[in-house]
Amino acid sequence: MTIALETRNLEKQFGGLRVTRDLSLKIEQGARHALIGPNGAGKTTVINQLTGVLRPNSGRILLEGQDITDLAVHKRVLRGLSRTFQINQLYPDLTPLETIGLAVSERLGHGGDWWRQMGTRSDVNGEIADLLTRFHLLDVMNEATVTLPYGKQRLLEIAVAIAAKPRVLLLDEPAAGVPESERHDILAVVGSLPRDVTVLLIEHDMDLVFSFADRISVLVSGGLLTEGPPDQVARDPQVKAVYLGEEAVNV
Amino acid sequence: MNASSDVGYHAQRQARWHYGEVAFWLIVLACGFAFPTRYLIMTDILRLALFAMSLDLILGYAGIVSLGHAAFFGVGAYAAGLLALHGIVNEPVLALLVAGLAAMVLGFATSFLVIRGVDLTRLMVTLGIALLLEALAERFSGITGGTDGLQGIEMQPIFGQLPFDMFGKTGFFYSLAVLFVLFLLARRLVHSPFGLSLRAIKNNPLRAAAIGIPVNRRLIAIYTLAAFYAGIAGALFTQTTAIASLDVFAFERSADLMLVLVIGGTGYLYGGLIGAVIFRMLQELFSTITPQYWQFWIGLVLVVIVLIGRQRLHRWVLYVPNLIIRQFAGRKAVVAVPESDA
Repeated sequence: MTIALETRNLEKQFGGLRVTRDLSLKIEQGARHALIGPNGAGKTTVINQLTGVLRPNSGRILLEGQDITDLAVHKRVLRGLSRTFQINQLYPDLTPLETIGLAVSERLGHGGDWWRQMGTRSDVNGEIADLLTRFHLLDVMNEATVTLPYGKQRLLEIAVAIAAKPRVLLLDEPAAGVPESERHDILAVVGSLPRDVTVLLIEHDMDLVFSFADRISVLVSGGLLTEGPPDQVARDPQVKAVYLGEEAVNV
Repeated sequence: MNASSDVGYHAQRQARWHYGEVAFWLIVLACGFAFPTRYLIMTDILRLALFAMSLDLILGYAGIVSLGHAAFFGVGAYAAGLLALHGIVNEPVLALLVAGLAAMVLGFATSFLVIRGVDLTRLMVTLGIALLLEALAERFSGITGGTDGLQGIEMQPIFGQLPFDMFGKTGFFYSLAVLFVLFLLARRLVHSPFGLSLRAIKNNPLRAAAIGIPVNRRLIAIYTLAAFYAGIAGALFTQTTAIASLDVFAFERSADLMLVLVIGGTGYLYGGLIGAVIFRMLQELFSTITPQYWQFWIGLVLVVIVLIGRQRLHRWVLYVPNLIIRQFAGRKAVVAVPESDA
């Protein structure tokens, strides 16, 4: 199996706090890999390092065997690494049409085009239409994003990441905050991602994790606690301790 | 209609010319014939409009605040003055371009400072650059004429054919032509993927980078272009008034420009044009009524605008103009300057 995304001895400190501790992960091509862990385990910090928002203090990050540790955020995207955000990061004033149109234009290398107008390239239009249809956004494509219901915004959040045609997709709690009635759409979309796209899922919702992932890594206090297929992780006494401990406190 | 062509249609919706826009430019052109005694103030408004459009490109589209846009205006003004005074480039249109390029070089060089910070840092950096240039212009009086400014500039005819006349008629139509051409270019640009990516960066730089937009490179590009526009506005100032003095760099010039956009609104290109007209009209009106205290009244108007909010003002007082603005903007609501920018 080829490795799509890999971290080697990743370390990140905020002041004296070690948020990522000697983290080495290997995510196989085409995998449905989940990264779980209790609150404050440093999951989002890992994502931020993978995507380049944060730089690790030490350690390397490899995308399809190539070292991307020092690449800028936008360059990683063009190499095929895309993400969604736990809290929607959209453009409030732009419409879904513009938001997705922009992502498609950037990927096809038309993003710096300052003379040719939006909407005049049929290949771009076709892809936008396709994405809008798949994500049930066609009927609201001309509404300002800020006015859309939360579930639609969540779909747009994922659609934008997909528009970059990633080979590795990082999903940071895709269903977070989505009301029960709109959850189905999100899960269906996540479930229908093409198999050649490698997915790293960061998730709190254990039902979603166990229904989706074929491999799970458990992160505790910034370090890797254990890793394995879902049934093995579910039986792991250490994992139970971590989660039951948390549950017990919650009760 | 299938989904793809539907998308294409809607994507181009804003880029299409609206009747209101055509009417706007026809009215501006008609003013040139209707008020033959008012060329000087009308030319002044055109220059201010171009200058404001330049700021709108970075503020309204890319979200870069600046309190030192006069830096580029000033460089353009002095460059045009020096070119004409020493007979380096005699043909005005060519000199205009060269002056614009000079400002553009400065814009490119300083853009690296500007993109680094957030709003407050940007205000300080831009302000600092303008003050610095003003001081330099004063210090090197051998070149700039110091506090006396550049004097004795004589403009050659445009394309060797159209001489500048004492009533300012040539100056007006010349300025109008320049404004219109640069407006067309800006209009083209803001409806392109490049222009859209600027709005994305303004809305959410984090997400912009996360879809592959090279944020810094785009900001540098638009800042450099805006500097070119401002430089052209400055060069027009020198060419149509035949003087260039230190006040081209003045802080008031940069600050006034912000007020113009507060009045006119940002992010739809016409804000600077409409704002320039209203601002100068108010200035004229108040300075006629009370020559000494006109600034008080301008200040009062601005406070009122900010307190009540331009959106509401537009609805109440400027009901008809707002109808036209909506035509231009082609969207449901006119974009206002966020309170923090104002």
